[in-house]
Amino acid sequence: MTGSHRWGHPHVEMEGVNKWFGALHVLRDVTLQVGRGERIVICGPSGSGKSTLIRCINRLEAAYSGRIVVDGVEITSDRKTIDHIRRDVGMVFQQFNLFPHLTVVENCTLAPVRVKRMTRTAARDLALHYLGRVRIGDQADKYPAQLSGGQQQRAAIARALCMNPKIMLFDEPTSALDPEAVKEVLDTIVALADEGMTMLCVTHEMGFARQLADRMIFIDGGRILEDSEPEAFFDTPSHERTRAFLSQIL
Amino acid sequence: MTPDSNRAPRVPMFRDRTDAIATIAVGIVLACVAYSFARWAVVHAVWHLPADAGSAPCRAVKGEGACWAVVVENVRFMLFGSYPRAEQWRPIVVCLLFVSLYGASLVRALWTRWLLALWIADSAVAVVLLRGGRLGLSEVPTEFWGGLPLTFLLSTAGFTLALPFAVLLALGRRSGLPAIRTLCVGYIEVVRGVPVITFLFMAAVMFPLFTPASVSIDKLLRAQIAFVMVMAAYVAEVIRSGLQAVPRGQYEAAASIGLPFWPAMILVVLPQALRVSIPALVNTFIALFKDTSLVIVIGLFDLLGTAKAVLVDGRWVGFGVEVYLFAASVYFVFCYIVSRFSLRLEQELRRAAGAA
Repeated sequence: MTGSHRWGHPHVEMEGVNKWFGALHVLRDVTLQVGRGERIVICGPSGSGKSTLIRCINRLEAAYSGRIVVDGVEITSDRKTIDHIRRDVGMVFQQFNLFPHLTVVENCTLAPVRVKRMTRTAARDLALHYLGRVRIGDQADKYPAQLSGGQQQRAAIARALCMNPKIMLFDEPTSALDPEAVKEVLDTIVALADEGMTMLCVTHEMGFARQLADRMIFIDGGRILEDSEPEAFFDTPSHERTRAFLSQIL
Repeated sequence: MTPDSNRAPRVPMFRDRTDAIATIAVGIVLACVAYSFARWAVVHAVWHLPADAGSAPCRAVKGEGACWAVVVENVRFMLFGSYPRAEQWRPIVVCLLFVSLYGASLVRALWTRWLLALWIADSAVAVVLLRGGRLGLSEVPTEFWGGLPLTFLLSTAGFTLALPFAVLLALGRRSGLPAIRTLCVGYIEVVRGVPVITFLFMAAVMFPLFTPASVSIDKLLRAQIAFVMVMAAYVAEVIRSGLQAVPRGQYEAAASIGLPFWPAMILVVLPQALRVSIPALVNTFIALFKDTSLVIVIGLFDLLGTAKAVLVDGRWVGFGVEVYLFAASVYFVFCYIVSRFSLRLEQELRRAAGAA
C-alpha cells in the first residue's frame, strides 16, 4: 500500500469488501485506505466495479462482507449511522440528479435547512457563495431544465458543497457531458482540490486524473490491480492489464 | 410543436365508392335520429304546466314530446334533496363553493400547497354550513341532505381524505419491510377486488350490528368513511405508478445530501411523483364522482337518488327518461369539465417534460 502513512490516520478505510449483484461478483476483497485530504482517482473498464466501490462509501450500495470505516465510524445498517455519514460525504453523479421541481438555489439549500437546521437566509447565502465559486451565481433562481449540462453538473457540485462535506465522491462527473462542458466541470473540480477535502473520483479523463490525483487506482473485474502514485501509474504500470487499459484510452 | 400534431389524423370519408355509400348511409341514420330527438325534446315538448292541471298535459303528449315540466317543477328537489326550503341558500352556497374550488384547481398558477389546503377547508366549510347548529344557523340533520351538495361533498371530501392514506399505502407497498408490504398489498388488493357497493352495505348495515347500541355513528359519515377506504386503495395504485416514474437517481441524490427517508420522500420524491400522477388522479376522481350515486342503496339521496325519488311521486310516474336525462347531463357537465382539464394538464406536463 503506497503512501497512506504520509496522510496520517486514514479518512476512509475499506477492508476485504465483497459485493455481489445477484450472481455477479462486482467487488472482490477490496482493501483501500484513503488518507485525510488525499485525492484518489479510480479508473478501469466499464463494469469493473469502480462506481460500486465509491457508492459503498456513502452506503448507496451495501457491501456484502468486509469493513468500511468513514472518518472513524464504521458503516452498519443502522439508519442513524448512515444518515450521519452521508452528511459528511458529498457525492456528484454522472447524471447530475438535480431535483427538477426545485430551483438551483433551492436544490442547494434543501439539505442545509432540513438536515442541518440552518435558517433559510443563512442557507441561501451559503448556496449563493458556492454557486458563485462554481461560476453559476447568476443562474441561482432558474430551474435545472433551463441550464446547460455543464451548468447543471456545476450546480450539483455546489449542492454537495453546501453540506460542507469532508469527503467528496465523484462518480464519472463528466461522462454525460459534451466535450466543451467537460472542461468547465473538470476545472471546477481541480479548483476545489486545494480546499483540502478528501476526494475519490471515478473518471476516464486521464489528463485531469494526472492533474488531480495524489494516487491512482486501477480496478478490473472487481479487484484493485494497481494502486500507485500518478507518475508510476502512467509511466511504469506494474500490471499487464493496466498497460493494456492505458494504451486504449491514452 | 404545431397545435395540430396532437390530433388524430382525419379519417377519409369519401375515398372510394364503398366509403361514400357507408358515409351517406350512416349520415342518413344519424340525421333521422337527430330529427326525431329534436322533435321529441324541443318541438313537442311541454315546459310548463298550468297550476292545477297535474301532469295531464304531459300525459297527453307522452311518446310524442318530452315533459321537461317534470324537471322544471322538481329541479330544487333534485338538486338539493329534502333540505328545508327556507334554508336552501345553504346548499346553493355549498355548491358554488365546490364549483369555484374546481374552477380554481384548473388554474395552473394556483397549484400550490394552498390549493391542497383549500380542498380540505372547502369540505369542512360545506359540512358546517349544511349541518348548521352554530353561527346562528338552524341545525339540519344529515338525513335531509341530498342532491348535488351530497355528490360534491362525498366525492371531494372522500378524495381529499383518501389522498394521505393512499400515499402511505403506496409507499408501504414499496417498503423493504415484508410485514408492511404484505399488509399494504393485502389491503389494496382486497379493496380493489370487492365492488364499492359492498363496502357501502357493510358501512350501512353490517357496521351497526357489530357496535354497541350506545355508539351511533351518522349514516352519512359511515358512507363517507367507506368511500375514503375504497378511494385510498385506488389512488394508492395511481401514486405507486407515479413513484415508479421518479428515477432512482433522485432517491440517491436525496440520500447523498443526508436527507433521511421521510424528508427525502416528502421534499424530493412525492412532489415529482404526484405531479406525474395528476392525469390519472383526475380520472380516479371522475370515477368516484359518479360512484357516489351508489349511496342510494343505503338510503342516502345524492343527485341520482333525488332523481329516482321524483319518479316515485304518482304525478311523475313514467317520466323517467326526462328526469334521468337531466341527471345525466349534470353529471356529464362536471365530468366533461374535469376530463378536459386532465387533457390540458397532460399536454402541459408533456411540454414541461420536453423542456427538461
